Amino acid sequence: MGKVVVVTSGKGGVGKTTSTAALGAAVAKTGKKVALVDFDVGLRNLDLIMGAERRVVFDLVNVIQGSAKLSQALIRDKRVETLFLLPASQTRDKDALTEDGVGEVIDKLRSVFDYVFCDSPAGIERGAQLAMRFADEAVIVTNPEVSSVRDSDRIIGLLDARTLRAEQGEQIAKHVLVTRYDAARASRGEMLSIDDVLEILSTPLLGIIPESQDVLRASNLGSPVTLSEPLNAAAKAYIDAARRLEGEDLPVVVPFERKGFLDRLLGRRAA
Amino acid sequence: MNLLDIFKRRSSAPVARERLQVLLAYERRNRSQPDLVSILREEIMAVIAKHVQIDQDYLQVSMDRGETMSTLEIDIQIPNKSAVPLAMAG
Ligand SMILES: Nc1ncnc2c1ncn2[C@@H]1O[C@H](COP(=O)(O)OP(=O)(O)OP(=O)(O)O)[C@@H](O)[C@H]1O
Ligand SMILES: [Mg+2]
Repeated sequence: MGKVVVVTSGKGGVGKTTSTAALGAAVAKTGKKVALVDFDVGLRNLDLIMGAERRVVFDLVNVIQGSAKLSQALIRDKRVETLFLLPASQTRDKDALTEDGVGEVIDKLRSVFDYVFCDSPAGIERGAQLAMRFADEAVIVTNPEVSSVRDSDRIIGLLDARTLRAEQGEQIAKHVLVTRYDAARASRGEMLSIDDVLEILSTPLLGIIPESQDVLRASNLGSPVTLSEPLNAAAKAYIDAARRLEGEDLPVVVPFERKGFLDRLLGRRAA
Repeated sequence: MNLLDIFKRRSSAPVARERLQVLLAYERRNRSQPDLVSILREEIMAVIAKHVQIDQDYLQVSMDRGETMSTLEIDIQIPNKSAVPLAMAG
């Protein structure tokens, strides 16, 4: 039985889709069978980030409504054999997803794949709740910034109340993934520290992804950063996070600022 | 950073632009009417269904929408029992 992992955040634009693609690709590269499911109905983007936008024929809503088979809607990645994408529909009808329909699709995926990553839409409404409903684990994507941390806290509350596992009295494993971490700003004390974030959310840390141009470039090219540039700092951080998700005990290193030439010249010190 | 990196840095925005142009042209057209490739797909599948009952599990449809050219691939596995010859499988 595969594991279902929801990638969620509450707040929009913090890096859920980027993280779904990067983590999913990193896990698939180890030979595991991985499905990425886009739950952002009406605003799908995972296809674009995965570089599969030209190949979408069917989507999640088609499968739920029975007009396509799951096997027909899954798009196989061109780079990693064991990586698949189930696109969201572009319909404006927000009720196109039904809980029973989603449950059936997730069950089928769970029986075939080792990992099913659900890319949640922003918010705490129906779409976000359906994305987390059948999850075994959650990756809570958080930026080190007050409104993002607050929204993460609300999402953690929902994960503990509204998921099927929670309702059945079971635990849902939760992990915080801090993204867009800017070491320079952190060293100047302009950003919440990792310790602050973890203390406030009291949830274990899956990894710290640095703010990075590489991520933007990877999106431009339509390739998860863990595939296109696996040696870059952001990619390495994602690969380590993926290994932790698989249960490996890797220490998390907080990215530090490499002092620039000017800083050294002027003898500037961290605040 | 080596030369290749510099080249890669330069080249990512034009790639993004081109990908978006192709995708948005398709999505805009598609908002008002289904695209030709989708129409063909549905009609071809309807014709096939008329002659032989195909289990959806044995039918794979793939598309690749390009800027000047799109490809539509319909892959059907027909059980030998049905004696209907179909040239378009493959
Ligand atoms: N580590 C990073 N460094 C720099 N930019 C990043 C990083 N992670 C994400 N981004 C950028 O942040 C933006 C939002 O990312 P993304 O689409 O993954 O967020 P999201 O949470 O899925 O958004 P939404 O809530 O709209 O679905 C994108 O432009 C992405 O390239
Ligand atoms: Mg997203």
